[in-house]
Amino acid sequence: MALPPHIAAATPGPATRQPTYALVGNPNCGKSTLFNALTGLKQKVGNYPGVTVEKKVGTAYSQHGQPITVIDLPGAYSLAARSPDEAVTRDVLLGRRADTPQPDRILCIVDATNLERNLYLVHQILDLGRPVILVLNMMDVAAQAGLEIQAERLEQELGIPVIPCQAVNGQGVIELKVAMSRTDLPLPRHAWDVPAAIAPAVAEIQASLVAHDRKLPLSARAEALLLLTDQDSVRVAGSTPLSPRTAEILKSWQQRWESDGTDWAGMLVNSRYDSIGRIAAQVVTQAGAGGPTLSDKIDAYATHPLWGWLMLGSVMGLLFLSIFTLAEYPMNLIDDLVANLADWVKGSMGEGDLRDLITDGAIAGVGGVVIFLPQILILFFFIGLLESTGYMARAAFIMDRLMSRVGLNGKSFIPLLGSYACAIPGIMATRTIEDHKDRIVTILVAPLMSCSARLPVYLLMIAALVPGDRVPVGTKVGIMLLMYTLGTVGAFGFAWLFKRTLLKGAPPAMIMELPPYRLPGVRDVLFQMLERGWLFLRRAGTVILGISIVLWFLSAYPKAPDGATNQQQLAQSFAGRAGHALEPAIAPLGFDWQIGIGLISSFAAREVFVSTMGVVFNAEAEGDDTAPLRKALLEAKWPDGRALFTPLVCFTLMIFYVFAMQCISTIAVVRRETNSWRWPLFQLGYMTGTAWILSFIVYQGGRALGF
Amino acid sequence: MTLSELTVGASAVVREFPKSGAAFIRLREMGLLAGTRVTLVRTAPLGDPLEIKLRGYHLTLRKTEADHVVIEPVV
Repeated sequence: MALPPHIAAATPGPATRQPTYALVGNPNCGKSTLFNALTGLKQKVGNYPGVTVEKKVGTAYSQHGQPITVIDLPGAYSLAARSPDEAVTRDVLLGRRADTPQPDRILCIVDATNLERNLYLVHQILDLGRPVILVLNMMDVAAQAGLEIQAERLEQELGIPVIPCQAVNGQGVIELKVAMSRTDLPLPRHAWDVPAAIAPAVAEIQASLVAHDRKLPLSARAEALLLLTDQDSVRVAGSTPLSPRTAEILKSWQQRWESDGTDWAGMLVNSRYDSIGRIAAQVVTQAGAGGPTLSDKIDAYATHPLWGWLMLGSVMGLLFLSIFTLAEYPMNLIDDLVANLADWVKGSMGEGDLRDLITDGAIAGVGGVVIFLPQILILFFFIGLLESTGYMARAAFIMDRLMSRVGLNGKSFIPLLGSYACAIPGIMATRTIEDHKDRIVTILVAPLMSCSARLPVYLLMIAALVPGDRVPVGTKVGIMLLMYTLGTVGAFGFAWLFKRTLLKGAPPAMIMELPPYRLPGVRDVLFQMLERGWLFLRRAGTVILGISIVLWFLSAYPKAPDGATNQQQLAQSFAGRAGHALEPAIAPLGFDWQIGIGLISSFAAREVFVSTMGVVFNAEAEGDDTAPLRKALLEAKWPDGRALFTPLVCFTLMIFYVFAMQCISTIAVVRRETNSWRWPLFQLGYMTGTAWILSFIVYQGGRALGF
Repeated sequence: MTLSELTVGASAVVREFPKSGAAFIRLREMGLLAGTRVTLVRTAPLGDPLEIKLRGYHLTLRKTEADHVVIEPVV
């Protein structure tokens, strides 16, 4: 059969270009697993320019060893996009993105246990007039649920190849590759009746899309149908806008329908489901009603009013326990490696500024961030595990009510919780939040959750605050808990405030699928963890390297005369002068210029405060023992002889660390995730401002009360 | 009666569904239409959102949305 001209034009023969498949499917249907099974490790992961949506492109090999490009598009329920993820899927499929060529063939994957809803997206995709292969995934689970699906029948109904498959264990992948290797893939035989009231509008918009937006006739019909369903269209960077003429036609039809009460978008959805219902009735037979599934039984506990909370608490407890215990060994290892590397450079290079730049600037700076990588990776691993088992959705379901109090929804819970370990994976996990404003609010408040880099600062300050062993452990723990509580309350308070002022929007809905529980695909989870970890290193790496060098420069220049101690050097360096310059601003908080140096150096990572204090007060810690530093802190004085680190100052300093934004890595990641400098700068401003104001209140209030 | 008034474990058929609103269009696209049979599986521990079963899968929605979905219980 000769291809229609518009397809022939868009589909060069296999000799000229390797075929490109887009892999599309609903979330939770096993798409990533199939993608990994098809491409193995031959993947390139990046970002769609301008949006924070992961772009994954891989290479599969046909039965004859010919390379086939596969683009793994983000999971979507519909092409009428509701999130940036779905918008990217829609735009790539419609050829609206300049950065990604329109794929010439489409691989649709559906969850066989849930055919009707999955077919909705397929139905929209069949309109595109491209060759489509349908993969019926999870056939084994469907069989267990008593569902019998006749793949041949579905093939006849849709006119496209239908491949039953179990992506988890690779069954059906060979058959799929054989189908993907075909050069003569048929076009879908796909007819459905557009409701009569809407048909003229579809025709008119289609014609205008061809005439004014240079669309191909067949995809113009799909696009016209979509424009009519897409009431509140999500536009993302990189997609081409509609021509004014077409937009005008669309608007006039919508106004006409609004005035005569036609429910156009609803009618379109209904007629699609009518058509799907007819197909499903022919291909699916339900043998036996089937009692409660294993998922139902688990959920009876997992979302139970009592057991649900206990389970959530235990899962989260386990998560943090493993972050802090498991991460310890690799962290020590990295610490040693970094120290050895610095020693090696010191030994093999002549003394000089270049050597110091490399060891004290680059190596120490990057090492200070890389040391958090184990925690970040473990957190990514757990987030991946929670996602792939299906528990993540339950956590969001349970927490939604609480999150809604501050105007967010349950999906913000895991990112915020993860931020207790480190804000970076937390912020990177906000991608699952569909609503743009909700996502920004979550990103803005995430660094208020006390991360593990603040822990050494809290510990040092508590040690200095309540010296000796006379004070009961309970007091120390109490102070620590108070800091964590303050951060948490702050995060929720600001979320509430931002949702009411800056990022006002409709209350977010909580329309979310609760997928059946599944055994996690450990390979997929590990793979995703490494991908995200690498993404973080690449993104934050350059900024961190740059800042570390700048910070080093500030503390190494101008040079003190020969024979000066580290302490004297730092005191007269730019950093020392900056500390002096900062003193008028922080003196009302009870901080002097020496603490100011610590605050500045914290930007590399908050825990650097501890080592900086070591240099400033000439009491560098040996190993983990901070006793000499503690002693030095207690002996530190203002020029007029008053003690510097009074209990009140220690406490105020902790309050400052709870709220202040002092982490370049976070700023770099927020910049990347929000795609602008506006939000990270705003974050820096509001957090540090709050920190100052609260510290001021605490310090001055405390003094007035006689502390 | 509305979907939010259904008792846990009971099934119903959707009778009327709001026309406009992005959330409602999405709910329709997820297969919740006039004529669809739904079962209220449970509510979240704090009473909101709701978990419903339709077309063989589980979906959550908040009471604020469920308030607008008119249903007819099936016995």
